[in-house]
Amino acid sequence: MSMPSPTTAVPWICSRCGAPLTLGKIEIAYLGSAFPVELWHCRDCGLVLIPEDLALGRMVEVEKMLEDK
Amino acid sequence: MDQKELRELESQCIQEHAPPCTAACPLHVDVRGVLAALVDESFDAARQILVKRLPFPGIIGRICEQPCRGVCNRKDAGEALEIAALERACATFGALASPTRRIPARGKRVAVIGGGLSGAMTALQLTRKAHSVTLFEATERLGGVLWSTPEELLPREVLVAELELALRDVDVRLQHPVAAMDLKTLRTEYDAIYLGVGRSAAGDFDALLVKVDPVTLATPEAGIFAGGRAIAETSSFIGSLGSGHRAAISIDRYLQKASLTASRENEGAYATRLFTSLEGVTPAPAAIPANPALGYTRTEAVAEARRCIQCECMECVKVCSYLQHFGSYPKQYLRQIYNNLSIVMGERHFNILINSCSLCGLCGEVCPEGLNMAPVCRDARQLMVAQKRMPPSAHDFALRDMAFSNSPLAALARQAPGAQRCDYVFFPGCQLDASAPEHVVQVYDHLRKTLPNVGLLLRCCGAPADWAGRHDLFEESIAGFRADYVALGGGTVILACSTCYQMFKTHLPDVPVISLWEIFDAHGLPEHPSLPTPLALAIHDPCTTRYERDVQDSARSVLHTLGCEIEELPFNRERTECCSYGGLMWLANRTLAETVVRRRIAEHPADYVTYCAMCRDFFADQGKPALHLLDLFYERDLPTRATRPSPRFSQRHDNRAWLKRSLLANIWEETMSEAHVAAIPLHLSEIAATRIDRRLILEEDIRKVIGYVESTGNCFRNPDNGHFLAYYKPANVTYWVEYSSAEDGYTIHNAYSHRMEIVVQPKAQEASV
Ligand code: SF4
Ligand code: SF4
Ligand SMILES: [Zn+2]
Repeated sequence: MSMPSPTTAVPWICSRCGAPLTLGKIEIAYLGSAFPVELWHCRDCGLVLIPEDLALGRMVEVEKMLEDK
Repeated sequence: MDQKELRELESQCIQEHAPPCTAACPLHVDVRGVLAALVDESFDAARQILVKRLPFPGIIGRICEQPCRGVCNRKDAGEALEIAALERACATFGALASPTRRIPARGKRVAVIGGGLSGAMTALQLTRKAHSVTLFEATERLGGVLWSTPEELLPREVLVAELELALRDVDVRLQHPVAAMDLKTLRTEYDAIYLGVGRSAAGDFDALLVKVDPVTLATPEAGIFAGGRAIAETSSFIGSLGSGHRAAISIDRYLQKASLTASRENEGAYATRLFTSLEGVTPAPAAIPANPALGYTRTEAVAEARRCIQCECMECVKVCSYLQHFGSYPKQYLRQIYNNLSIVMGERHFNILINSCSLCGLCGEVCPEGLNMAPVCRDARQLMVAQKRMPPSAHDFALRDMAFSNSPLAALARQAPGAQRCDYVFFPGCQLDASAPEHVVQVYDHLRKTLPNVGLLLRCCGAPADWAGRHDLFEESIAGFRADYVALGGGTVILACSTCYQMFKTHLPDVPVISLWEIFDAHGLPEHPSLPTPLALAIHDPCTTRYERDVQDSARSVLHTLGCEIEELPFNRERTECCSYGGLMWLANRTLAETVVRRRIAEHPADYVTYCAMCRDFFADQGKPALHLLDLFYERDLPTRATRPSPRFSQRHDNRAWLKRSLLANIWEETMSEAHVAAIPLHLSEIAATRIDRRLILEEDIRKVIGYVESTGNCFRNPDNGHFLAYYKPANVTYWVEYSSAEDGYTIHNAYSHRMEIVVQPKAQEASV
């Protein structure tokens, strides 16, 4: 499974750490399948950002696909 | 569903059965296909389809007795199709197909005795199957009895040319009579023999011909078969061709040492089971050729072919948007569902087919064979759940909605204040509670004035669980009802929702029930303002009342007493349509659900009135002014009420909770012991609220995310506008909320969700921070 890599910077910083976000491979999983996806996250505490377009776009497709597996 | 059940169900769908014309033709010519090609003005294609079954279209098109025509459905809408004349037009205007590549000869030799229609047909079919055929004809020409037809009818050059062409791969020996005594010798030279002799020569072979098997055309002598006019009960040209065809099948099987008798049903002419409605077919007479001797011109043939109604059933598909949506018909769907349930590894493409059905049963009502897809889809869902194959997202939202209705926040069971028992129990149903809670209060007041000892039961009937295939949750819900019902001391349950009514009748047959409308009808209407006159409304029967005449009648009677002019929809009563709530279609397939609602609301220009809260809400949401029956009693501004959109999902929860709280306070003078979720005030713009509602995100989900941030500090911040963005996963769904602090709570800018999980969670806050 492939997910689009984020292309543009996001306006968010980690509220707790005050740190800017970095891009890196983060594992996401559903129904027993796990995938590394390039995502913004806090480099200090690891809080991960799933942007709206990913959640409502490609992610829904992958969810549906896995649900029909 | 096992293989056997599948077969039985499949056999109920007659859509793939032959049209009457094809079934009546001993050769099963695909008349419908030929005529469709003619409508497209493709004479070549038409001819090709035709000659697959009928090798001599020029001859037969002029002289066929047309058993097809006698049963053509068009006969009841003008006149039967001129099928033979159209076949002749195919022969005249359609190009000959280029000869098919010959399969290598299989080394078997067959002797055909008699060059009439049946012999020619047998010889041709066997050469097509790559056997070597020798045809013995006593006279100096092929065609037999065809030569006794008038020449104007069957020009001799047509006769000769067509037979010669068809038999070009046959070793034809003219003026070569064969007598009974020659058979023994022939039998040593040939692997099989076909006797296709005319009446005149028959006498010689009597010993064999009296005992021909009507199905296989085998004579008592192994390897010798017989057909044609010599043995026909009634002689006809098409009958001779039919027996030639039948003999060829037998001989080929005999040569391959296959069973002569296996599956030969429906080989000759038979009556089809296919049903075809003539509704909407304008009667039209047959096209008449300007020059009868020449037959149809191209234009005339096309005009005549256009009269073919392309017989098929599709009764269910015509009336059901769900069956239409997937592009096929139940025979195919059954197979797809069966396969889907049997897959061990691989993608289950038809989950969506199974989950999209509204379970309304309209197909079963209109199907000439009574095939109902609702129980099939419902059982399939139960099986999917049992196999742990039900997509988690399919019904989750509705099941959580049901859980809310049955939770202490919304559920309530009380005897009437001061009563020691219940003669009646008012059960408004969770969706009326959600859509019009104030009407529930008013109806309950009315019922307590009209009837003795009316208790109240607020909860969900369990339908969402039943529809979702969740037997476990359904049983749990039913058990919850029973416990409450027993505690109340029984009584007749008064139901305001027809889905509840159906659930009770099906799953709680021992509990006496009556619809609210029957109570109104029998015991008097609530006080109500006088209606604007004239008030004409088209009544929509909820699909769960399909077979509940009494409920339907009482709703009409109530409307009538109110002075309302009732318009009937074209699909009403037992043919009514679902609003898309049924079977959770609205949740499992939202695109289809909108199509279903749009179709329904386009059926009548008048505003609709119905007696189910969900139907009303769905219609209004798609822009159709629609009233609930109770609106006529309790609302003064009907035009505004009719266009009221459905309350949002969050509001529906709040309404149920409000209903419980206010009834407890006002009727039983109790305050709710169950604490409502400590409500953080949320501010949402209309746009944001609508968007979030469409995404099936509730305000209570949003509150959980904010509550999580309040306790952990885990969130993102946008330094430019001060917005926060955070997520939380209370159960299976991860909710994201973008918000900012407001004076007295939070302003919600956006929310979205997903089901995939973020595996790594942020490091916990260190104690020192
Ligand atoms: S209308 Fe067409 S398909 Fe139907 S029976 Fe007549 S010829 Fe056949
Ligand atoms: S109504 Fe539908 S299910 Fe019934 S026979 Fe016709 S096509 Fe098949
Ligand atoms: Zn951080």
